[in-house]
Amino acid sequence: MQSLSRTTALRGLGRVHSTAPCRAVLSRTRLLSPLNVNTATASRASFATQSARCYAASKEVKFTADNYPNVQRDSRFSKLTREDVDHFKSILSSQSSIIDAQDDASELEGFNTDWVRKYRGQSQLVLKPKSAEEVSKILKYCNDRNLAVVPQGGNTGLVGGSVPVFDEIVLSLSAMNSIRSFDEVSGVLVCDAGVILESADSYLRERNHIFPLDLGAKGSCHVGGNVATNAGGLRLLRYGSLHGTVLGVEAVLPDGTILNDLQTLRKNNTGFDLKQIFIGSEGTVGVITGISILCPRRSNAVNTAYFGLESFDHVKRAFTKAKKDLGEILSAFELMDGLTQDLFHKTTGKPYPLADRYPFHVLIETSGSNGEHDSAKLEAFLEEVMGEEIVADGTVAQDETQAQTLWRWREGLPEACAHWGGTYKYDVSIPLNEFYTLIEDCRKLFDEAGLVGGTEDDSKPVIGVVGWGHMGDSNLHLNVPVRWYDKKVENLLEPWVYEWIEKRKGSISAEHGLGFAKRDFVQYSRDETALGIMRRVKNTFDPKGIMNPYKYIPMN
Amino acid sequence: MSTLRILVPVKRVIDYAVKPRVNKAQTAVEIAGVKHSMNPFDELSVEESVRIREKHTAKTVEDILAISIGPPKAADTLRTAMAMGCDRSIHVEVAEKDEMLEPLQVAKVLKEVVEKEGRNLVILGKQSIDDDSSQTGQMLAGLLGWGQACGASEVVLDGDHLKVTREVDGGTEVVRGKLPMVVTTDLRLNEPRYASLPNIMKAKKKKLEKMKLEEFQVRAENRLKTLKVTEPPPRQGGGKVADVDGLISKLKELGAL
Repeated sequence: MQSLSRTTALRGLGRVHSTAPCRAVLSRTRLLSPLNVNTATASRASFATQSARCYAASKEVKFTADNYPNVQRDSRFSKLTREDVDHFKSILSSQSSIIDAQDDASELEGFNTDWVRKYRGQSQLVLKPKSAEEVSKILKYCNDRNLAVVPQGGNTGLVGGSVPVFDEIVLSLSAMNSIRSFDEVSGVLVCDAGVILESADSYLRERNHIFPLDLGAKGSCHVGGNVATNAGGLRLLRYGSLHGTVLGVEAVLPDGTILNDLQTLRKNNTGFDLKQIFIGSEGTVGVITGISILCPRRSNAVNTAYFGLESFDHVKRAFTKAKKDLGEILSAFELMDGLTQDLFHKTTGKPYPLADRYPFHVLIETSGSNGEHDSAKLEAFLEEVMGEEIVADGTVAQDETQAQTLWRWREGLPEACAHWGGTYKYDVSIPLNEFYTLIEDCRKLFDEAGLVGGTEDDSKPVIGVVGWGHMGDSNLHLNVPVRWYDKKVENLLEPWVYEWIEKRKGSISAEHGLGFAKRDFVQYSRDETALGIMRRVKNTFDPKGIMNPYKYIPMN
Repeated sequence: MSTLRILVPVKRVIDYAVKPRVNKAQTAVEIAGVKHSMNPFDELSVEESVRIREKHTAKTVEDILAISIGPPKAADTLRTAMAMGCDRSIHVEVAEKDEMLEPLQVAKVLKEVVEKEGRNLVILGKQSIDDDSSQTGQMLAGLLGWGQACGASEVVLDGDHLKVTREVDGGTEVVRGKLPMVVTTDLRLNEPRYASLPNIMKAKKKKLEKMKLEEFQVRAENRLKTLKVTEPPPRQGGGKVADVDGLISKLKELGAL
């Protein structure tokens, strides 16, 4: 709890996205503080360096409007006037609910810029309503006045979906952050959309339950945003997608209608399952203000293991074995290639978990109810993969701290990649037999173009081509960390990546969503008929098109 | 130069990343179903012993013996110590329901083991994070009549002497002592390694000798009685002040100015 409150404080200070490395240091501090004042101070100092490093990459981000001149502001939308701001002041209960360019323009910056530091809008107004009723009043007014709106959660999205493109009003859910109820028998949690994922999980931890979603940005992201983007994350393999675990939503439609569909029932076959429209809709049909979600019991026996493997073929064999030997207790199977681990090592200075370097690394987690059974299964599995030389080397976390540290080698990768300036990110689903071929082909492409400078050569934009992903879900993250965003790099990648995926009938966005980044590429994964029906759904809910415009799917 | 025969005492405690809870009867901390692991300071002792062996010639360290006094599951902790590099271990078994031993009793057991096993260096954590007594190392040195260096942040072996850097208030202190010695470890000493899979497998085959507390000249009665265990009071949330004047008047109100 202590680390959590610090983390939250940090967000306010400087938009540190990843709280987890900081968390590791903090928990160390927790151990230190009662013992030795000197060491505790030292540790806090290293914590400060860490966050300073998080800022270091902050070069000025170009306006999206300047960077993408082909996207034009929709002239149907009105421009914000003083009268509008005054009206919002009159309908919102608290003065602190409004951040307006006239008060403090610098405060708007964080709401306008996305975490990847690739997109930057020019919104002049941020509204932070405290209830669904306030959201309703805001949207009704915006709809009547033709004012475009961007709903925003923790702003940790990776496809530019949560920040304005032009001057859309930002509707932040951060002031709606209470847990409404939790039923310990059924495990159903009902909470506001603006609850931070880690807070929800800590709340559930005290009640021996677990939030069925976990991801690297947990210290900042909101559960409402998670549902709106249908986030996948690290434990989808075990607990399934939000389409299955979310039982109901409370949402406000653009005309101000409040849809109160906060069901707490697992089974309910009475008409269209409306909540499914909102899950993964990325704020284009309405604003989710509350969710109810089914939370499983927290496993009291969790084991974490980290392996080094010689080839992708070995990884596939390890995966098959893990499914066979670990079956129902397997809760994560994450793949990281060798270069990702080198980048993490370089940016954090942490010692490698294994003595030698390997081209592939795998992180396995098991969660079960009986520690002895699980250990027996895991041991049998380890003996087999070692004996058959599927795994070259590895380690098993001996305590919780080691487990958390090992997880950093997977969860810390987005920041490690962002360290030099930015990252081109692709989040794709590919059939497992060609899973890693995408990275290899992409590497060839960049080597031939001569754009790769590694971590040393500052004259070239690209650091390297790296891949990691949720092997258990056939979900790969192709990342191209760069020193600066460069059209040459972008033109090389797009539409090359999408065509590559289309040929293999994969998905161009497995879990990050479409947002602004992938709107124009959705046809690589969805046909015209499907897109036509999606447009009809959008028009039904949002006939004036004010909700999160310029994103998701092309409307014409 | 004498050959080192190292003893590394390790303790199984509630994992330090887990938040401990007081039981309903307020008599102790809840341990059932809670993740346990090796006391972090003891990890440092194990690591340091193994590093001393790795740093010097083959004959410098004869063997590294780990010992734990605790419930049946303390055997897992000893396996971890052996996976990190200890050669063998002794498990002095104490029933789960029994009270935790006090530092003096632990020190007496260790003294007997030191004498029986012919040890000439004991490296142990400066404290365990469950009772935070921070006494066992000092008591053991006293009982043995050996030199001691507590809170080590660096240990250098030099013939039959040890040079130990200690963290003290306001800086560091370097002490030098002749073996045999007791050294207790502090957090800055090293960064413990991950036990590799092959070593975890090998550790299963290393010798783990079981002993009973009754085999020692120690009375298993505690001198201290725990009256009540309670959680610390919850932290009060801070308040916001509007400006510098507000801050000053608040500080005056609190008597800080």
